[in-house]
Amino acid sequence: MFRNNYDNDSVTFSPQGRIFQVEYAAEAVKQGSVVVGLVSKTHAVLVAIKRNAEELSSYQKKLFAVDEHVGLAIAGLTSDARVLSNFMKQQCLSQRLTYDRAMPLETLVSLIGDKAQLNTQHYGKRPYGVGLLVAGVDETGPHLFEFQPSGMTQEMLACAIGARSQMARTYLEKNLDKFAACGREELILHGLRALKETLVQERFLTVENTSVGVVGLKEPGKKGLEFFKVHDGAEVKDWINSLTNDTEVAEEPTEEPAAEGSAAEGSDSMQVDP
Amino acid sequence: MDHRPQAWGRPRDDVYGAYDASYMQTNGPNQHTQSPVVTGTSVVAIKFKDGVVMAADNLASYGSLARFTDVKRIRTFADTSIVGFGGDVSDMQYLDRHLTELSIDEAYQQTAHTLNARSLHKYLSKLLYHRRSKFDPLWNHLLVAGLDEEGKPFLAAADLLGTTFSSPSLATGFGSMLAQPIMRRYVPDEESVANLTRDKAVEVVRECMKVLFYRDARSLDSYSLAVVTKDGIELSENEKLEKQSWAFADRIKGYGTQTV
Amino acid sequence: MAMFSQNPVLNGPNYSFAEVPKDAVDGLREHRFNPYTDNGGSTLAIAGADFTIMAGDTRLTSGYSINTRYSPKVFKIGGSNSSQDDANILLSVVGFAADGEALKERLDAICKMYRYRHGKPMSVNACAKRLSTIMYQKRFFPYYVYAILGGIDEEGKGAVYSYDPVGSYEREQCRAGGAAGSLIMPFLDNQVNFKNQYVPGSGTGHDLQERERVPLPREEVEVLVKDAFDSAVERHIEVGDALQVVIITKDGIEEKVLPLKKD
Repeated sequence: MFRNNYDNDSVTFSPQGRIFQVEYAAEAVKQGSVVVGLVSKTHAVLVAIKRNAEELSSYQKKLFAVDEHVGLAIAGLTSDARVLSNFMKQQCLSQRLTYDRAMPLETLVSLIGDKAQLNTQHYGKRPYGVGLLVAGVDETGPHLFEFQPSGMTQEMLACAIGARSQMARTYLEKNLDKFAACGREELILHGLRALKETLVQERFLTVENTSVGVVGLKEPGKKGLEFFKVHDGAEVKDWINSLTNDTEVAEEPTEEPAAEGSAAEGSDSMQVDP
Repeated sequence: MDHRPQAWGRPRDDVYGAYDASYMQTNGPNQHTQSPVVTGTSVVAIKFKDGVVMAADNLASYGSLARFTDVKRIRTFADTSIVGFGGDVSDMQYLDRHLTELSIDEAYQQTAHTLNARSLHKYLSKLLYHRRSKFDPLWNHLLVAGLDEEGKPFLAAADLLGTTFSSPSLATGFGSMLAQPIMRRYVPDEESVANLTRDKAVEVVRECMKVLFYRDARSLDSYSLAVVTKDGIELSENEKLEKQSWAFADRIKGYGTQTV
Repeated sequence: MAMFSQNPVLNGPNYSFAEVPKDAVDGLREHRFNPYTDNGGSTLAIAGADFTIMAGDTRLTSGYSINTRYSPKVFKIGGSNSSQDDANILLSVVGFAADGEALKERLDAICKMYRYRHGKPMSVNACAKRLSTIMYQKRFFPYYVYAILGGIDEEGKGAVYSYDPVGSYEREQCRAGGAAGSLIMPFLDNQVNFKNQYVPGSGTGHDLQERERVPLPREEVEVLVKDAFDSAVERHIEVGDALQVVIITKDGIEEKVLPLKKD
């Protein structure tokens, strides 16, 4: 029986030049429910599908406010994400204490990138099993960054990670040109439409399973910020309603069999964000 | 002459009594700066509608000796802010190296981000407070000037204890007594800053430097003058006091062998 | 024997630093750096039935010099963002300004972490206890500040907690601190806690009945605060320039700056 000899730790290359543990960690990201992020010239938006492990349980948190100007969305191991979120919160606080300024997004993201990379080069360590979308506004405007367990980070115009996120990415790619000029509401709706694309048949966006995080400039070109806020429950009702009303993307039968989406449905002993 | 180096430059024992050499011990506690050695005197600065004007003379004194007459006490930071240093010159040079390193790190790390004057002031005040809390102070009084995140003129001070304050006009050392009252006539509050032009602000600062030269015995008539606005910094390090008038000196009576 | 007397062995430095005398010649040596200073100013806090009012002058001094005429001493603590527009706690600090600033920032960071971890703001009494701990941790190198913490307690009543520099604290109806604290406090005792006020005609000596204490209405307290500071400005050189008044109610925080004499 074939057995992979090169995946016992994250410090050994396979003869093909691959590090399997890091690749497996990237798989954990695909187990998590989908999150979508996108930016315009004035806003950065994160939207997410929350899962509940069972009918009686609560829905898992997908969006975190890190600082007034930064938030993040997670796909993968929630507990690993919390470690990173706490770290980022601390870094943002100390940046404010020593420099009296909001942490620049690029700096913040490279900090967690470096932190995650260390785990891929030390024996006995495990890569983070979580992917992040980091959205925020700094001196240079709104930004969206993607983070992967390998330590890879890159700035994105729009991005989706998690289960069946390819469907969302297709939507984002198709509509990419529109985002930059979008207002706050439009951008959120684009995010939700991308999210909707990933749903399997007979599943819908509801006030229970949808989270929306928004951060942006109050007025274009001015310094005033609309602080990062996570909207849940009743707060997302209007957006979901206007989505069901819009005819533009209403009927596009893109559904495919729920191949990977259902894989993570039940609760596992290793807690993948349910 | 006593040939032992330890005895050189010491007061004579027969005149001043035994010298307290205990500070020379190598096994005692660490000796931090307990007092400044080579010092710079006042720094003055005033806000005007588009920016800030700052000046400091080019003298570094060793006690009452005018030791170095070409020491520049205003430095620029990232082409957007300026820092004026009063107090110990060696600590100033340490801070200068430190700030150079910081600006390089900052320019290397991010694209399009620079520390503005507010951030720089916060950072320096934290550094000074940290050092005072270690009982190892940096013996300086700093003025930091530039623009804040909204592009408005920014001027603030930080001293060796980490105390910070901000005002439309500021002066360190002797200047806080001699120059500050002059400047406050022009900018008593933040609102009046909008009415002060650049030319007037420069004129006021030059006037302050002259008054300081008349009355501060540790000052010099050659000085540095910096103007910071949104267009950048203009720093001129070889200004000379002009149109000095020492006529008032004739009227001073009562010193030395003079009879009133 | 003195070093200049050609008898180096007995006194003064020798060829080697190791041979230098170990003791100071005349006992203690002065430790010249003093890490503290007094930046003057005064603060005041009064708790009402459903509000707390905190005030402080904005002058910052060093000796006889006025460093600045506007340096606020009352801070909002524990908001979710840097504008502190949703803060629920007020802190005033007076004494050594650098320590005050450090203390404020530390308490604010703690409150922000609390909010991040628990998803709700810290209660005033929890914050009061935490502030005491922070200050006591620096018992042997204290924050040289007189702090007052104010807010609305969990029953909706106004709350004022006052501290000494090493963290002893108690909840009070009112407190004045700082340079003119001793000038203002007796006035407050009389006007807020009705000390030495008796019911007219209730008798003499032990028969005297104390006037019943009732929480004052907000309008009255605001006038009281302004009067207290106007009087303090007359008699204390370190108090003046402007009066920062911050009022916290269940509906949020209001702030105003009133002029004081600048002399």
